[in-house]
Amino acid sequence: MNDPFFRRLLRYYGLYTAGFIAFLAVVALLEHEGMPRELIGYLFVFVTILLYAGIGVLSRTSDVAEYYVAGRRIPAMFNGMATAADWMSAATFISLAGGLYMMGFDGLAYIVGWTGGYCLIAFLIGPYLNKFGQYTIPDFLAARYGGTDSGRLVRTLAVIATVLVSFTYVVAQIYGVGLIVSRFTGVDFSIGIFLGLASVLVCSFLGGMRAVTWTQVAQYIVIVIAYMTPVVWLSVKHTGGAIPQFSYSTALAKLSEREQELNRDPAELEVRALFRQRATEYQARADALPRSWEQGLQEAKNEVERLKRNGASLAELKAAARAVAQYPATPEEARIQWLEARDANLARAAPIAPHAKPFPGETEQASDIRRNNFLALVLCLMMGTAALPHILVRFYTSPNVQQARSSVLWTLLFVMLLYASVPALAVLVKIDIYGSLVGTRFSELPDWVAYWANIDKASPLVAITDLNRDGIVQLAEMVMEGDIVLLATPEIAGLPYVISGLIAAGGLAAALSTADGLLLTISNALSHDVYYKSVRPETSSQKRLTISKLLLLVVALIAAYVASLKPGDILSMVGAAFSLASSALFPALVLGVFWARANHAGAVAGMLSGFAVCVYYMVTTYPALGGSSASQWFHIDPISAGVFGVPTGFLAIVVVSLLTRAPDRGSMLMVQAIRQP
Amino acid sequence: MDSARHRNDPDSPRGRRYWRATRRLTAGLLLAWFVATFGVLFFARELSEITLFGWPFSFYMAAQGLTLFYLLLVAVYVVLMRIFDHAMEEDAHE
Repeated sequence: MNDPFFRRLLRYYGLYTAGFIAFLAVVALLEHEGMPRELIGYLFVFVTILLYAGIGVLSRTSDVAEYYVAGRRIPAMFNGMATAADWMSAATFISLAGGLYMMGFDGLAYIVGWTGGYCLIAFLIGPYLNKFGQYTIPDFLAARYGGTDSGRLVRTLAVIATVLVSFTYVVAQIYGVGLIVSRFTGVDFSIGIFLGLASVLVCSFLGGMRAVTWTQVAQYIVIVIAYMTPVVWLSVKHTGGAIPQFSYSTALAKLSEREQELNRDPAELEVRALFRQRATEYQARADALPRSWEQGLQEAKNEVERLKRNGASLAELKAAARAVAQYPATPEEARIQWLEARDANLARAAPIAPHAKPFPGETEQASDIRRNNFLALVLCLMMGTAALPHILVRFYTSPNVQQARSSVLWTLLFVMLLYASVPALAVLVKIDIYGSLVGTRFSELPDWVAYWANIDKASPLVAITDLNRDGIVQLAEMVMEGDIVLLATPEIAGLPYVISGLIAAGGLAAALSTADGLLLTISNALSHDVYYKSVRPETSSQKRLTISKLLLLVVALIAAYVASLKPGDILSMVGAAFSLASSALFPALVLGVFWARANHAGAVAGMLSGFAVCVYYMVTTYPALGGSSASQWFHIDPISAGVFGVPTGFLAIVVVSLLTRAPDRGSMLMVQAIRQP
Repeated sequence: MDSARHRNDPDSPRGRRYWRATRRLTAGLLLAWFVATFGVLFFARELSEITLFGWPFSFYMAAQGLTLFYLLLVAVYVVLMRIFDHAMEEDAHE
């Protein structure tokens, strides 16, 4: 701790934090003087991006060790901050609170899984990677499972897994950047993407891991300030305590009371009855197929004719014409659509499930299935965390193994700071919505509802319709996207707009820091492992760096292009990245350290079979990939496919290793070396 | 740095002692990690009847208790491993 490098870093980042807070104060003052909203959004987005770019330029380097592993001299505390920023993605920052709001107890699987995974990193993988002391994850696996081809096959498999996992992840981050920039500054989504891309590139292009590390530390500070400010404010408002982690138990009790009240409220019951009635109607129509399909089509066409005759307004005509155009093309399609509509209406007719109740289900069996899925998801997220290449490479950057272990501790502490307040935020916002918004007159709706309902007209973040026409908002009349919980928090809490700008900056920092780490991991896997280690081992270090940087540019452009297509499927696959990473890499990494007998053939078999089982399960059970939930094993959701992939991988490594020759002397020596301090 | 690494002969008795201690510690902490996580979560429905400082126990554990426990486990690991490392260094100087 007395090291001058560490003290200098503390001073720099202390100044930086003070500067950022001063910037906040200045913008708050300007807002008070009447600066418009858009300008505040612009200011936050551009000032922070410029800041990160500045750090990136200052940390430029042309040294191989600096570029790949930041010179292996990052002190544990700063490595912890950088890893935490690397770890917390756009999804964590923007969507996690919303997820917990929607799912209640069952959403906590993400909190448990994403923190418990650090135990696995600390005990099983991180410190040993540091002792090994090379550059990438494929490096480790190739050296450990050398075999006759000096590890080329293992390296290739590891590269494929790394690139596949990291690429889906990075596309989601860049998508997140586009979303944040467009929501807060009003510029077009694709411009937002390329803006974010430019800033990611400035950070990683010139300085590689070194620049990424120092910007990630800066981004972590922004993320924490941005998240904690509204949570603390809401906590003071609802519980009187400034530390939400301690004080929201009273809020939770208040919420439970309010939930019971709403479940008895006659107006709520009325709205739910309306939904039940609609569900019955859809059921009846589906039962009367195919006759009901012809009838419906005829009615829709008649409606257009009638409107035309009566000289209805253009908007009405358009709506009627759209109804005809969107009418199911065949009776079979109609059945699927109507049954879906029935289920959607039934879901909205259901009473509120208590927020803190674990595994709510109508029957004991349904509840058991939810519990099993919860456990499976927790396990997959933990093992996936411990196998994500962009997190693991950060442990190469510590100067020694003691520091690497401490970095895991710091990382977990910094991650916890934020994760422990996410469930608090969900509860506090829920109280506000259930307590104040529900029961308001439609004529007196707060401004934020209209603002966020109009920001994205195609898929509005929030929609409230007066279904029973009593002029008062009922909970059952609201539809919300999870993301709104965080995005609108400052307005729900009645905070000035400057806090919304701060949230934009925080979300941007979360997305950019993760994208930085991921892009670097992908391009390093391609340049270091494919080009240098497999194709041209004689390349000079200067040329290696040039190729790394070129590949970084190419990968970033491809990722931005894919993100600009708004691929819904890829985004929903991000959760699956954890299962894929764990199935392909986790068994090989762990046994590589703890079971000296594991050999080349075993590792190849384990990686291939684990990955294959995971992909097979996802393809056969995931509706978006053409599977159906009927083929699930033990009713486990596709997102948790890792619970089948990982055991398969372990089993394959053990069986195949025992059936083939023991690893050669080189591998043995390596195992023994990494096991010693 | 490399010479320091190879100074410790893994086949020596003290090298083996070090690795045995590491393995035991790892196994013990993993067991604690597993039992705490899946014990609490498996019985979450039953445990939510209990309240702790005004929280339903299982909600508290899932929302922050387990995370705190993980932090504790990693802290124990960091401290004990440092002690093992020092013991190894001292052995080497004898």
